[in-house]
Amino acid sequence: MDITFDHVSFTYQAGTPFAGDGLKDISTTIKGGDYTAIIGHTGSGKSTLLQHLNALLKPTSGTVTIGDREITPETNNKNLKPLRQKVGMVFQFAENQLFEQTVERDIAFGPMNFGVPEKDAKALAAQMVKLVGLPDDILQQSPFDLSGGQMRRVAIAGVLAMQPEILVLDEPTAGLDPAGRLEMMTMFKKLHDEQGLTIVLVTHQMDDVADYADRVLVMEHGALVRQGTPREIFADPDWLRQKQLGLPKTTAFAERLQKLGFTFDQMPLTASELADDLMPQIGGGDRG
Amino acid sequence: MANAIDISHLKYSYPEATKPALNDVSFVVPAGEWWAIIGHNGSGKSTLAKNINGLLAPESGSVTVAGMPLTEQTVWDIRAKVGIVFQNPDNQFVGATVADDVAFGLENRAVPRDEMLTRVHDALVAVNMQDFATREPARLSGGQKQRVAIAGIVAQRPDIIILDEATSMLDPAGRLEIIDLIKQLRQQQSLTVLSITHDIDEAAGADHVLLLDDGQVKEIGTPAEIFQHGEALLQLGLDVPYPEKLKNALAKRGVHMPAGYLDEEGLAKALWTLHSTM
Ligand SMILES: Nc1ncnc2c1ncn2[C@@H]1O[C@H](COP(=O)(O)OP(=O)(O)OP(=O)(O)O)[C@@H](O)[C@H]1O
Ligand SMILES: Nc1ncnc2c1ncn2[C@@H]1O[C@H](COP(=O)(O)OP(=O)(O)OP(=O)(O)O)[C@@H](O)[C@H]1O
Ligand SMILES: [Mg+2]
Ligand SMILES: [Mg+2]
Repeated sequence: MDITFDHVSFTYQAGTPFAGDGLKDISTTIKGGDYTAIIGHTGSGKSTLLQHLNALLKPTSGTVTIGDREITPETNNKNLKPLRQKVGMVFQFAENQLFEQTVERDIAFGPMNFGVPEKDAKALAAQMVKLVGLPDDILQQSPFDLSGGQMRRVAIAGVLAMQPEILVLDEPTAGLDPAGRLEMMTMFKKLHDEQGLTIVLVTHQMDDVADYADRVLVMEHGALVRQGTPREIFADPDWLRQKQLGLPKTTAFAERLQKLGFTFDQMPLTASELADDLMPQIGGGDRG
Repeated sequence: MANAIDISHLKYSYPEATKPALNDVSFVVPAGEWWAIIGHNGSGKSTLAKNINGLLAPESGSVTVAGMPLTEQTVWDIRAKVGIVFQNPDNQFVGATVADDVAFGLENRAVPRDEMLTRVHDALVAVNMQDFATREPARLSGGQKQRVAIAGIVAQRPDIIILDEATSMLDPAGRLEIIDLIKQLRQQQSLTVLSITHDIDEAAGADHVLLLDDGQVKEIGTPAEIFQHGEALLQLGLDVPYPEKLKNALAKRGVHMPAGYLDEEGLAKALWTLHSTM
């Protein structure tokens, strides 16, 4: 299922004195099955763009096409349920969405809302809790009596339980410990590789962009200013710095080595790529 | 100099919890130091922050802040000295506009109105949110919310600032800006910083790192001491520093760099030495 933006603009509080630009004339296609990363500085419009992927926000002008569903400024809120089931959304500060009395009921709520029988929904809850690295006994606890990172995991489990085709993730690992971040990113990657889920990830972690994404969209002041593969995007460090963005740790370190006199045909993105490039330059080639 | 925070055998359990969230926690932070507090999700970091300013009351043990033992009598004096930026900014906002919100903590402190306006303005400029002063906090982007939450504490000019993952949603440049801002404040006024973080680069800049594990202090040391644990750091809730990752990748290819913790500059130099002696 592809998602296409055709000249999409969005204005917050349109028609009031507080009106402000959210998106400006965005045209792009997110292909079904792709792993797309969206990067951009604070306030550049990433979360606004994501909320167009399941019609939580509707364009002020232009058209968003999600599979066979067209969303225009005139689209009414009826019949959006099938769309909301297909497009699972983990919001930024996802823990704010928790509301049920127990973790189990919170996770089961989504599937039950889409017609899954209670018994099956509870089984899904137990399965998803495990998938996000939480212990079973958490199921009967209140989601509000958890640490920040534990709440985030519960919120992610709730979206996975809806078994969406498209998984939209807004900074899903902020606040997770590094082991948890790695587990979660590996789990998303597995869902992408093995079950063909389309993934759209907003992140400030350039290492995650380099490690997982096929395509990158760069946002600035509500506009889409560049799109390409991670290698294309990270080939231009000065441009990224202008946009307040960083580089993957490896690419930044390779830049430092370049200044010392090391040479690279193309900038490496991961530690193993860099290690390969260094071998012949540090006299290790014959041992590799 | 006096100690900013002195915690001794602190134990805290949430009502109905089966095990304590903090158990036998002791440490002393000298005034003016920057400490990073790290540990896995649920290890007790936020609970510790709330015990330091009396939002939660210890089951046993003692908390002393700026020389004052924390009691019902001193709790308000202590809160006047400690500013906490909480993990989730949405739980912190009270004002109808960004400026009101930043002013709120000052109204409570009986700061005169003129000075209040100056401080609110200065704090918003410091976090680069002056253009948003009249906006509703709920209508900001995630990173903008975090900046406003930080401004609210900066305006209060506390002696001790506790940042609970306060920059987790900021872009890379924004994160550095905020860390620089706190560093500047430390030069202008005496300021003790406790930064709860999962960001290894931030922890690397601290004077000391305190590692919590299941409610207990696992280790206290300088960043170099803590980072020596290499791959084991991931189990303890911290990322492996980048130089360690690259060293591991090279080791897999048969090239062994010096043991012990090297920062990026150290590793770059060591690699250049190998290159030059080829
Ligand atoms: N509900 C809202 N009402 C009015 N303006 C809003 C609202 N939400 C966001 N904005 C504004 O729209 C712009 C884009 O915000 P958005 O949340 O999409 O940014 P973002 O790229 O996700 O940023 P961040 O990395 O900080 O989360 C910002 O300037 C923000 O202040
Ligand atoms: N309000 C609460 N009621 C009951 N238990 C709680 C409450 N808040 C936290 N806990 C539990 O106390 C322990 C410590 O939680 P705390 O929030 O201090 O962790 P943390 O180190 O800040 O984690 P994170 O990195 O996820 O924010 C966890 O096991 C958590 O489940
Ligand atoms: Mg956002
Ligand atoms: Mg916490």
